[in-house]
Amino acid sequence: MDIYLQKQYERLLASYIRDPREDHLYSAQQLSKWIMEQRIPPEELVNFHISTVKKLLPDLPPQLKHSFDLLIEVMIGYGVAYQETEKLVNRQRELENEIDVAARMQQTLLPENPPPLPGTEIGVISVAANRMSGDYYNFVDHGRHSLGVAISDIIGKGIPAALCMSMIKYAMDRLDDHPLPPSEVLRDLNTVVERNVDPSMFITMVYGVYDSLNHKFRYSTAGHEPGFIYHAKAGRFYELKTKGLVLGVARDVDYPEYTVKLAPGDAIILLSDGVTECKVDGKFMKRSKLKRLIREHLALPAQQAVEAIHQKLLEMTNYELNDDQTILIIKRTRSET
Amino acid sequence: MNLQVKEKMDDEKNVTLCIEGEVDVYTAPKLREKLLPLCQEGKTVTVDLSKCVYIDSTGLGVFIGAYKMQRGTDGKLILKGMNSRLLRLFKITGLHEIMKIEESAQEDGQP
Repeated sequence: MDIYLQKQYERLLASYIRDPREDHLYSAQQLSKWIMEQRIPPEELVNFHISTVKKLLPDLPPQLKHSFDLLIEVMIGYGVAYQETEKLVNRQRELENEIDVAARMQQTLLPENPPPLPGTEIGVISVAANRMSGDYYNFVDHGRHSLGVAISDIIGKGIPAALCMSMIKYAMDRLDDHPLPPSEVLRDLNTVVERNVDPSMFITMVYGVYDSLNHKFRYSTAGHEPGFIYHAKAGRFYELKTKGLVLGVARDVDYPEYTVKLAPGDAIILLSDGVTECKVDGKFMKRSKLKRLIREHLALPAQQAVEAIHQKLLEMTNYELNDDQTILIIKRTRSET
Repeated sequence: MNLQVKEKMDDEKNVTLCIEGEVDVYTAPKLREKLLPLCQEGKTVTVDLSKCVYIDSTGLGVFIGAYKMQRGTDGKLILKGMNSRLLRLFKITGLHEIMKIEESAQEDGQP
């Protein structure tokens, strides 16, 4: 405790003992802020208080003086706890900073805007429930007016999921130079995941290739409920068929491929399970309700549509996402431009 | 909601685990603690899920971990008594094709 602070304290104590007033107490509160800023441990302050009291009131009964020893002894315990808390607060701050850096890095794993594809519109949104996300999406150029799209959900959230995501990203990057059909992409990724993750971790994924020349979408899934195709003419949604084991559970897994064709105005809607298993008022949202919600926004340009759907889901869940959410829409435009 | 895991030794080789409640990110460690050692020991473990109402992805991860663990032993992992929602989860993830799942008699066959 520095001399100046000691003098302030002593002066305040002396005048309070002489003439206790309310404004002294207010000054003590102000002084305590200062003392805490200076990181004075509690036992040091109590010790100073006692020696000042002894100085100001030399005729204290000896029994009372002895009792001070007891008080100091007890305060030492508080002092240790105070230091521990200080350390924890600092450590917490460091961790927060590290997570912030990691979260920013994770953002760089996601591709920027979807690449343009003739005769189609593509919109995508991916929002983490917390700072780190377990959802991943990617676009892969397949050449000849074809685009590969992937949506993946990594089990769990937070840092383990984020680490796993970087593995998936780099495994996919390897395939950039020689794009594979969906079934082979998943086969390849399954091998990577199976070899490299903790036994209780797994990843679900849908991988599809959209050919903008014939407007066919060919896809395979690995334990991922892909979403819907919307047929504009019938005004109806159809579930995208799915069959295929999650990535990382067994070796040598085959993934069947399915193909759907889009007429002008039709759309593919791919989702992560944070959307399909969205809870509203503690209950899972019905699929019919989800479809209605999507349909209400499908007339918008694809990017605006995914943003509006996500916004609506946020409102319905009172802004409390319990899981990461990703929505990707590929819409065949009505006029070929 | 909470999770109860009751262990019943049928004989030296066969164990039944009755699961009641939800297996989620909070309760999964409790199941993992019971299930994985049994699978590691090469026991035939039957998991009765008839009173289990919900399994999230972390919970699913426990079953996958158990499946992988018993694969290297001469034991078995059998899941039974799933409600249609749970069965759907195992179908979507493709796990019903590799795990031994006994469907209950009243199963309505809905996907």
